[in-house]
Amino acid sequence: MEKTTSVLMAGVGGQGIILASDILSEVMLDAGFDVKKSEIHGMAQRGGSVSSHIRFGKEVYSPTIPRGDADFLICFEKLELMRWLDYCNADTRVIVNDLELNPPMVNLGEAEYPRALFDETIKKFKNLTLVPASKTALDLGNIRAANVVMIGIFSNFFDVDESLWLDKILGKLPKKLHDLNRKAFSEGRKLA
Amino acid sequence: MKKLLSGNEAIARGAYEAGATFASAYPGTPSTEIMETVAKEYPEIYAEWSPNEKVAMEVAMGAAFTGARALVAMKHVGVNVAADPLMTLSYTGICGGLVVVTADDPQLYSSQNEQDNRNYAKFAKIPMLEPSDSQEAKDFVIRAFEISEQFDTPVMLRSVTRVSHARTVVELKDRQPAPMEVKVRKDPPKYVMLPVYGRKRHVVVEERLKKLKEFAETFELNKMEINDPEIGIITSGISYQYAKEVFPNASYLKLGMIWPMPEKMIKDFRSKVKKLYVIEELDPFIEENLKVMGVQVDLGKDVLPICGELTPNIIREKVAGTEETPFLANPENIPPRPPNMCPGCPHRGMFYTIKKLKLYATGDIGCYTLGALPPLTSLDTCVCMGASIGHAMGMSKALGDEGRGKFVAVIGDSTFMHSGMTGLADVAYNKSYATVIIADNRITAMTGAQDHPATGYTIRGEATHAVDFEELGKALGFKHIVKANPYDLKTYEKVLKEEVERDEPSLIINQGPCALLRRALPKAKKPFYVDVDKCIGCKRCIGLGCPAITWNAEEGTNADGKKRKGYAVIEPTLCNGCALCYQLCNMDAIQTEDKVFYGLVENFGN
Repeated sequence: MEKTTSVLMAGVGGQGIILASDILSEVMLDAGFDVKKSEIHGMAQRGGSVSSHIRFGKEVYSPTIPRGDADFLICFEKLELMRWLDYCNADTRVIVNDLELNPPMVNLGEAEYPRALFDETIKKFKNLTLVPASKTALDLGNIRAANVVMIGIFSNFFDVDESLWLDKILGKLPKKLHDLNRKAFSEGRKLA
Repeated sequence: MKKLLSGNEAIARGAYEAGATFASAYPGTPSTEIMETVAKEYPEIYAEWSPNEKVAMEVAMGAAFTGARALVAMKHVGVNVAADPLMTLSYTGICGGLVVVTADDPQLYSSQNEQDNRNYAKFAKIPMLEPSDSQEAKDFVIRAFEISEQFDTPVMLRSVTRVSHARTVVELKDRQPAPMEVKVRKDPPKYVMLPVYGRKRHVVVEERLKKLKEFAETFELNKMEINDPEIGIITSGISYQYAKEVFPNASYLKLGMIWPMPEKMIKDFRSKVKKLYVIEELDPFIEENLKVMGVQVDLGKDVLPICGELTPNIIREKVAGTEETPFLANPENIPPRPPNMCPGCPHRGMFYTIKKLKLYATGDIGCYTLGALPPLTSLDTCVCMGASIGHAMGMSKALGDEGRGKFVAVIGDSTFMHSGMTGLADVAYNKSYATVIIADNRITAMTGAQDHPATGYTIRGEATHAVDFEELGKALGFKHIVKANPYDLKTYEKVLKEEVERDEPSLIINQGPCALLRRALPKAKKPFYVDVDKCIGCKRCIGLGCPAITWNAEEGTNADGKKRKGYAVIEPTLCNGCALCYQLCNMDAIQTEDKVFYGLVENFGN
């Protein structure tokens, strides 16, 4: 692959986005690519917006994705999609977890969750999938596994052996969570 | 073996492979993980959280003076604190290699300014290396140790957020022993900077700089890539990666060593290309030095911004002249998710009380700086570590008696250990009436829970002496010292009111561990919940700005027929039972199945 592939993940602190982006990067490293990944730590605490840029290919330069160049936008929450539209182009493949998490202003009753705007926005993409990752995780008994369901979903878009994904996922989790996450991954794989 | 490492992990790995045996730091974004990695991964290296960057620098100097290889790491503004030893360390030189890491924060993701620390290398007359990814971060640290010993100078290594916090591929190698014997080396003319010795050492510094300039001309990390001769780009660090993204086929001079600069090599490069662009983030550091050399620059800060982080898009637009029209623009009115104090944060009760008493609060650096944001909006200054106390002291003298009862200083425990003690001494010594709150949450919280001299633990988790703030306050001359529970709103308000009214200095020490500090919170409290039948929608609890309390805008009446515009809801997975909202509710609508006490740990600190 000559061209660098750019994957942008976005969501809310605590959703396991950093773990998901670590797994994607390590899988691509093992698959033989040059990989770079970038995110912001520090003041972005629990509850803040979180994003992670993952890029892989023959040789990657910038660790951040130029605006307009995202090949994939993977949103763990619906509203977060609308903060990253400028990173997309007409061909960007978008995967959105069907989950609403209220920002503080919505909690305080000072703003409304922009539901109508979301519905309008998703019509503009030709490659957009709305997926029930959180619901699937909840059905499996633990909403925290939603990030692994998401990994299962987006793993379908890359030509990498299934076992490599699973090895990386389980390698990062304590043994007692292995069963749950094995199921979360395989449910996710079925969803896309 | 190849591994994905963050720039910070790679810097730590570099110190390990270079045979370093000593490392010190004070936490600060984006540098924190350097020392965390050393402590976690490399037991061969002594590691410490120092009380501040000045001490971190001094202890690293002490280690290097024995011949050991030492690494000291800090964020960009930390170098300001360590600048005093650094400027004269340039004169003494080192013995064993000493690498000073500065992690700059363009775009101020988590800082109070975006100063460009390349200027420090020029100011201190010492070499500075600038890696552009994790592989280079590791390799450059090793090279920095070698240059340090070869030229008897500290070497700075400059990272930025996008190097420190990006993960890129690194080839790991084995650890090599450091070359020098570690022993006491007596040499007063070199290490005692009396004026008579200092004058001689300044001459040595200037000679060293000349030799380093010569060295730079053939240094393998200053790399020329001659491709298309139409455009030649001089750049360094992360800016190189951004430039390559946009101009993969241009010619490059990538300065691995940003100071001193290789004049002959630069002029040689200039002669090989038609147009010369300088692409750099923040200050026109390369550009100005090129102009001093008389090198013609065709494009630089005349089009590129000095403020903020550089991006490939800025280079596309400003340098390549590509018109950027996004496929879709981001809507403007998407509700933001600003950082907020956590549910159960001990600072929330303090700020609620400060707001209620309409006090002006001089502030400091830490999680509690977030007290400046709505809805609490009760922090009024924040400049640098420790400044809150000085601000309050200065205000007390400027305002005189008029100011009594009107303001208070707020400083965290780690920040107090860093730079608060001298300010506190001033308050007592110069007879101010200022009141200082040490918002003691028993950890350096903002950077992700690092220990400090008052927590009772070292960086590797060994138990150690914990500074006693009460005894310290007494020793510094404070007669009025109160320990107060910031979760107990009534009592806390009474204490704060009493202390700010005094005509003598007073110190309040908050008793409440960080809500994320696992070791202080052995047992979780049950969450509170809202009895929807009782809630009248008065929003008193909402005013706390707790992430666990949300508003359900459903007009109607409560069970007693009282009209309401909505009602409050407590999210059980977020609430940790601190009981602040419970105390504010006049309707008894906020309840719990747990035992009620104010705070997360019963009788904490008593």
